[in-house]
Amino acid sequence: MALDKNDLNKIAYLARLEIAPENAERVLNDMDRILDFVDHMQQVDTEGVEPLAHPIESRQILREDRVTEPNQREALLANAPATENGCFLVPKVIE
Amino acid sequence: MQWEAVIGLEVHVQLATQSKIFSGAPTTFGAEPNTQACAIDLGMPGMLPVFNGKALEMAVRFGLAIGAHINKVSVFDRKNYFYPDLPKGYQISQLDHPIVETGHIDILLDNGETKRIGVTRAHLEEDAGKSLHEDFHGMTGIDLNRAGTPLLEIVSEPDLRSAKEAVAYLRKLHAIITYLGISDGDMSQGSMRCDCNVSVRPKGQTELGTRTEIKNVNSFRFVEKAINHEIERQIELIEDGGKVVQETRLYDSERDETRSMRSKEFANDYRYFPDPDLLPVEIDDAYIERIRETLPELPEAKQARFQSQYGLNATDASILAGSREQADYFEMAAEVAGDARLAANWVMGEVAKFLNQHDLDIGRCPVSAEALGQLIQRIRDNTISGKIAKDVFEAMWAGEGSADEIIDKRGLKQVTDTGAIEAIVDEVIANNAPQVEQYRASDDAKRGKLIGFFVGQVMKASKGKANPQLVNQVLRQKLDS
Amino acid sequence: MDVRKLTLKQAIDGLSAGTFSAEELARSWLTTIRESDSALNSFVTLDEEYTLAQAREADRKRTSGEVLPLAGVPVAYKDIFCTQGLKTTACSKILGNFVPPYESTVTQKLKEAGAICLGKTNMDEFAMGSSNESSFFGPARNPWDTDRVPGGSSGGSAAAVAAGLAPAALGTDTGGSIRQPAAFCGITGMKPTYGRVSRRGIIAFASSLDQAGPMTRTAEDAAILLNHMCGRDPWDSTSSSEAVPDFTAELANSLKGKVLGLPKEYFAGELDSGIADALDAARKVLEQMGVTFREISLPHTHLAVPAYYVIAPAEASANLARYDGVRFGYRCENPQNLDDLYTRSRAEGFGEEVKRRILVGTYALSAGYYDAYYRKAQQIRRLIRDDFLKAFEEVDAIFCPTTPDVAFRLGEKTDDPVKMYQEDLFTIPVSLAGLPALSMPCGLVNGLPAGVQLVAPHFEESRLLNIAHQFQTETDWHTLQPGQKGA
Repeated sequence: MALDKNDLNKIAYLARLEIAPENAERVLNDMDRILDFVDHMQQVDTEGVEPLAHPIESRQILREDRVTEPNQREALLANAPATENGCFLVPKVIE
Repeated sequence: MQWEAVIGLEVHVQLATQSKIFSGAPTTFGAEPNTQACAIDLGMPGMLPVFNGKALEMAVRFGLAIGAHINKVSVFDRKNYFYPDLPKGYQISQLDHPIVETGHIDILLDNGETKRIGVTRAHLEEDAGKSLHEDFHGMTGIDLNRAGTPLLEIVSEPDLRSAKEAVAYLRKLHAIITYLGISDGDMSQGSMRCDCNVSVRPKGQTELGTRTEIKNVNSFRFVEKAINHEIERQIELIEDGGKVVQETRLYDSERDETRSMRSKEFANDYRYFPDPDLLPVEIDDAYIERIRETLPELPEAKQARFQSQYGLNATDASILAGSREQADYFEMAAEVAGDARLAANWVMGEVAKFLNQHDLDIGRCPVSAEALGQLIQRIRDNTISGKIAKDVFEAMWAGEGSADEIIDKRGLKQVTDTGAIEAIVDEVIANNAPQVEQYRASDDAKRGKLIGFFVGQVMKASKGKANPQLVNQVLRQKLDS
Repeated sequence: MDVRKLTLKQAIDGLSAGTFSAEELARSWLTTIRESDSALNSFVTLDEEYTLAQAREADRKRTSGEVLPLAGVPVAYKDIFCTQGLKTTACSKILGNFVPPYESTVTQKLKEAGAICLGKTNMDEFAMGSSNESSFFGPARNPWDTDRVPGGSSGGSAAAVAAGLAPAALGTDTGGSIRQPAAFCGITGMKPTYGRVSRRGIIAFASSLDQAGPMTRTAEDAAILLNHMCGRDPWDSTSSSEAVPDFTAELANSLKGKVLGLPKEYFAGELDSGIADALDAARKVLEQMGVTFREISLPHTHLAVPAYYVIAPAEASANLARYDGVRFGYRCENPQNLDDLYTRSRAEGFGEEVKRRILVGTYALSAGYYDAYYRKAQQIRRLIRDDFLKAFEEVDAIFCPTTPDVAFRLGEKTDDPVKMYQEDLFTIPVSLAGLPALSMPCGLVNGLPAGVQLVAPHFEESRLLNIAHQFQTETDWHTLQPGQKGA
């Protein structure tokens, strides 16, 4: 499974990662090696095997519908790169 | 060419839980930005979702109400995309194993027929925050108060054929969720939001046309307008030789048009996969049955009961059962009044008229159902006439007191003293000799019409307070003898 | 006071006997760290006042008669545990200035038991690595040979404990991140059953695999620390409701009659002969204590690493989407628009290995590839888990190497990600199965520690600690400490 630069650009955009053109070759090469390695999985027939999402198969415990979190805006916004009037600031979002 | 529209709706309903779907932060609407978003809602490092059992219960209630299949195992998935109002970079939703599948909602068409609309699925997910564009000098502010509010996304089959049907479906859906008490259904606050999938095809063709999705339609009226506009746009486009492009469009209510949302460089690929932070939600029959037992009477059952119990016709029963609040109001008024038919007339008549004039819904009606019932009682026990009752109702609306207080204060009590009425009747007979002459010369059929004149004169002389039946009786006695 | 040789147990005993105060103890360790850590780079954040304030508080409580089980015991935390008011970075530039407004559940539990935080230890960025070389703060080094890696991702914790810079440390293990560095540095490290320890407040790498555990000099210390780490957390849906035993209760049990499995796939081609010899010697010691060994087969072992390198990156690709420069963490200079903010903040904030895994995970989940990669990997995960469950019908625990080789040199494997991934081939199957496992020293190969891995059925941590403790009463590999350079 060889990826090309178009594939890489598409994946990089989905992951919102900028890849400098000079690095693209190396990144592609690494990904190819990893995917080749991962393709060893195809050696085994898994027809009919139920996928296992969690090692311990258990059920979701339900939380009681109760407000437990007081307003902590100042503490929670303290790590933000840019805020104004209690909002996080980002470049203009165009819809 | 004859065209046919094919419409399916995706409706997002905010569930009326106290706390968020995956955190203990409150869900109250309209707070200061980011004061109702805790570390989980903000997607802070190391924070994990814990599922609110009330949201599950509400989703199951809805599923049972629309005769749907409830999945005993449902799974939360991550839907991955970047947007500033989506703190974790993914939305927790349900893809392959939604909680509710294959139900239906019946709507009443204009011709009186019932049409069954399929509901493909309803799944639980978390709401996003809000992007604020004003007051941030060219930047965008992000408020995450709404992030994590539980949503039930209800997806219909493409069974709707007109904007009118879509609105009927939406109204019925609204009635169901408010009957169930799982949402306030307030579209103006975004508690119920609608995306419309619209396509057109030549009538008779089975294959579907290319559809567009109109997002952000937030009132019944706009749903109708947006769909109608989109149908027209698509037909015009095709008739002009163009092609409909599958895309997302935005409804602009100010300009009454839909416009294309900027298409992204790459199409979205949401990369759904089961959320490893959450486990499968498993429920058993006992859980489902417990919820079924607490289901309230639903709109259709209520309508049927109104018809059989109160002898109302289908249209009236359907109107009264249209919302839970209205139905409860009617039933309370009818019980106090002791006359359901009269109560129905009042609720659909004066009450509806006043609410309309003041742009209020019945939940905020200043005249309580009990108060209306007492007013109707006064009509029934001949304390006042129906005509006077309307004046009393107006005074009650204005907050002047109960029916009895107003009747007392204004001295509106009917005159039922036969002696007093006889005196007035005698006076009217004495003052209208020509009419008396004419009456006495007429046959029975004609007399029936002429008597109205005398009744009017007596009522006028009594300032409307004389009991009309008594007046009739005394007049006949005196004129016929 | 030279604290380097002090075990956790000895620290607890000395504190309760009044041999030293918590403040004295903390000061001694802080001094030791100051003097020796420049060669190891095992700590990335030290805040002496933060630590000493907690020590003084522990002393005050003790004086006032409030006796907590770990009162005044210093523990080093991998920099992946959120500590309220103390910088927590996951050794990534993207979280370079992050100060959590909350405490992780596990460190909160330790705090409530009286433990104090000695500092935050170095690690591979976001726990992605097997050598500690992907840390934004530079690699930690192996105290047995500072030209070699301490292993990863919990390399700083392993190096610190091995060098006597802390009596105990916390690590996290996703595919071997506690056990492999424990083996490389000659200490005891345990990954509990998935779900035993709450993940809340631990910066996520791969949610269905991440698990915190103790890194100590002895099995007894591991049991003591684990006693204060476990339990159901209402704020972690995946934390287990299984009853938590006293993990020290079975330490003294005899091993007579215990049956250990030797998975043949783990003793095949990849294993270094020196390590094989060390394991053989360890096996003889255990046999003398009444343990019998039986060969078993875990036939899907060779598929574990490939499956892991789909599952872990896929989960990570979503877990790391929240680092977008909006609410916390690094933001690029002068973002021109929203996409620019995202793509540059993330490209500049994440290191190469993290980006590589995000890309692989994104690809594995993307349209058209989900079934071939993610679903397939989850199916293999079941096969691997079932291999173990079947084996445990015959044996009490599994005995196998932790790593195929001893600690390698810095830079030796950085050019080839796949070679680096193969480092974890003996630890990853266990992670996929969610089983508890422990690594402890069982010899030296060319002056470098070799580790043996013990694996037990789900929730049988006590069994592992019992076997390890009994082994440690008969051997002294665990008491060896590196000298300075070149031991």
